[in-house]
Amino acid sequence: MQKKDTNVESPGRRKILKAGGATILGAPFISRAWANVTEINMLAWYGHGEPDVVAEYEAANNVKFKPKYYAGGDNMLALIAQSPPGTYDLILSDAEFVQQLNAAGYIEEMNAADYPFDDMLHDDFTKFPGHWKDGKLFSMMLRGGHLGVSYNKNAVTAEEAMSYKCFWKPELEGKVGHFDWHLPNLGMMSLYEGNGTSLWDLDDSKWAALQKTTTSLRPQVGGFFDYGGTFNSLKNGEMLAMCGIGDWITGVLEKDGAPVASVIPKEGGIQFTESYSIGKGSEKAAEVKKFIQYMMSPDGQVKSAQMAAYPGFCITKAGRARLIEVDGKEAERSHQMDGMPNDPIALINEGRIHYRDIPQQQSLEDWNDYWSEYKNA
Amino acid sequence: MSSTKAPARKGFNGYAATWRFPIIIWQALFFLGPLIFMVAMSFFLVKNYRMEEAFEFKNWQKMLTRGYFWDSYFLTLALATVSTIVTSVLAFPAAFALAFKVSPTVRRWALFLLIIPFFTSYLVRVFSWYVILAESGVVNALLAHIGLGPYTMLNTKFGTIVGYMTLTLPLVVVLQTFALANIDRNLVQAAHNLGCTPWRAVYRVIMPLAKTGLVVAALFCFILSFGDFVSPYYLGGSKPPTLPILIIDTTKSGQQWPRAAVVAVVMMVTLISIAFAALALAYRKRASR
Repeated sequence: MQKKDTNVESPGRRKILKAGGATILGAPFISRAWANVTEINMLAWYGHGEPDVVAEYEAANNVKFKPKYYAGGDNMLALIAQSPPGTYDLILSDAEFVQQLNAAGYIEEMNAADYPFDDMLHDDFTKFPGHWKDGKLFSMMLRGGHLGVSYNKNAVTAEEAMSYKCFWKPELEGKVGHFDWHLPNLGMMSLYEGNGTSLWDLDDSKWAALQKTTTSLRPQVGGFFDYGGTFNSLKNGEMLAMCGIGDWITGVLEKDGAPVASVIPKEGGIQFTESYSIGKGSEKAAEVKKFIQYMMSPDGQVKSAQMAAYPGFCITKAGRARLIEVDGKEAERSHQMDGMPNDPIALINEGRIHYRDIPQQQSLEDWNDYWSEYKNA
Repeated sequence: MSSTKAPARKGFNGYAATWRFPIIIWQALFFLGPLIFMVAMSFFLVKNYRMEEAFEFKNWQKMLTRGYFWDSYFLTLALATVSTIVTSVLAFPAAFALAFKVSPTVRRWALFLLIIPFFTSYLVRVFSWYVILAESGVVNALLAHIGLGPYTMLNTKFGTIVGYMTLTLPLVVVLQTFALANIDRNLVQAAHNLGCTPWRAVYRVIMPLAKTGLVVAALFCFILSFGDFVSPYYLGGSKPPTLPILIIDTTKSGQQWPRAAVVAVVMMVTLISIAFAALALAYRKRASR
């Protein structure tokens, strides 16, 4: 005869009422705990608010990032201009647009003592153009990346890639792609023209010469791409060289095993620089400051360098040391080791890197107008 | 003295109004309102990345005097026309077979299968062409077996047309099928009985009878192709850009929404003109019959 299992009880009415009562009485505490999570509105390029960068910080600090992504400095400025003050707590912008953010009064003053200025890998990073005004800090540089010649190693040799001239290589006809943004592309063409440090400061004759040279590249061009298109066309070999990008795209592909690379050619390269600012009128300035401090810490710098969407190099000594310690492979791949020939800091020291800027003698509209003409040529 | 009475005025018909109002309100809110705003916006100015209300013709002058604008305009027009012709011609045999040669059950299943592509994102469908059209893709791999290729198909106008057809072909087949299926079979039978050859029956009887539906299908194809951003950007490589790409380019630089509105208004005027012309063509003979 089978014995009835007396240990298993069916829940009685009292138990159900007890459990229900406990749930109802406990609900306010649950919702209060939920409400304690501080939401931080972030305005940034894609990737900066993704879990691979912020999840660990969120869990440890009971905050939740609500990212709003933009594509391009103009787009960022427009989003802020069209939103009420205090909409964005944390703003990640390209360095060349910080000055405009500040001029328009969109960002708060920051306290330099809160950040590791004594640990920067390069002196330029301590007083980055546009980040300071009248001795006051308004934006904290987070990271950078270099733009040069990006190429398929099976079609272009490392030696050829050492000059922008390789884009005109006859074998690359219809195989040269452009990242569809005039600023880095025309900047590179300006470097190829020999404008060096004054690459953004072109008088009429130099601007005309730049347009002529760029237009001569048009028959080589196979397409104009956004991030996804650039990524795909390099990966599937449709494009064998790409103008306007750098390791921020080829680095991701390289890690995936694609035969692509980026180098800074002899004419020089361009640096994109990304910086954090605190949005004007933010009620969460203290939390934002804490997050920026985290991102400037060695662990934060590693998170930034390893960002899945696109890599950037560390700008603090401690950050670089931690990257070498925890992810030597990535440090080596991105040349973030002292003594390596393409160490980004060494490239800056050698004078081969020029910080991305906006045109000095023409308007952005003039450059964009020409870019539209070029695309139609 | 004339004894003719004025026609009695109809009273308010609540039942009819109930059915009419939703579409009127919908069109007013989501078509007419935005359209008026877009036209007005084309006269606004942008200062410090903010739009300011104004009534200036600067944006119109700027855009309409640019060579690249007209290059994009005629390219878009040409690509949409080619897409419409190729799609309509390729769709017709399939629609003809579904309307006349298969059983109603097969037709129902075929129409269902034609609708299935719309269950997935158009962008995803376009990206899937990368695998097929790339130089290292499926088509070139097959051609290599017979000693041909590789051919460049991505980032070309061919790629753009393939993308347009991905969007429009199923729809055009469905619309053509409905148009052909509604033809009175007795008229087709009569043509055959009177000695008309099958080809001649298609040309002289079936196509004229289905003209309205065929033109509407072609019109849909043209409208969708003309306004498509995805295919010319991702399969055509934005080389050269079409008008929808020009709109994006314009908004990206300096947030020039008013100038983008100029391009959009030109597109709307073009589409409305073509739609009226097409519908006039579709209904002209029928009205005089």
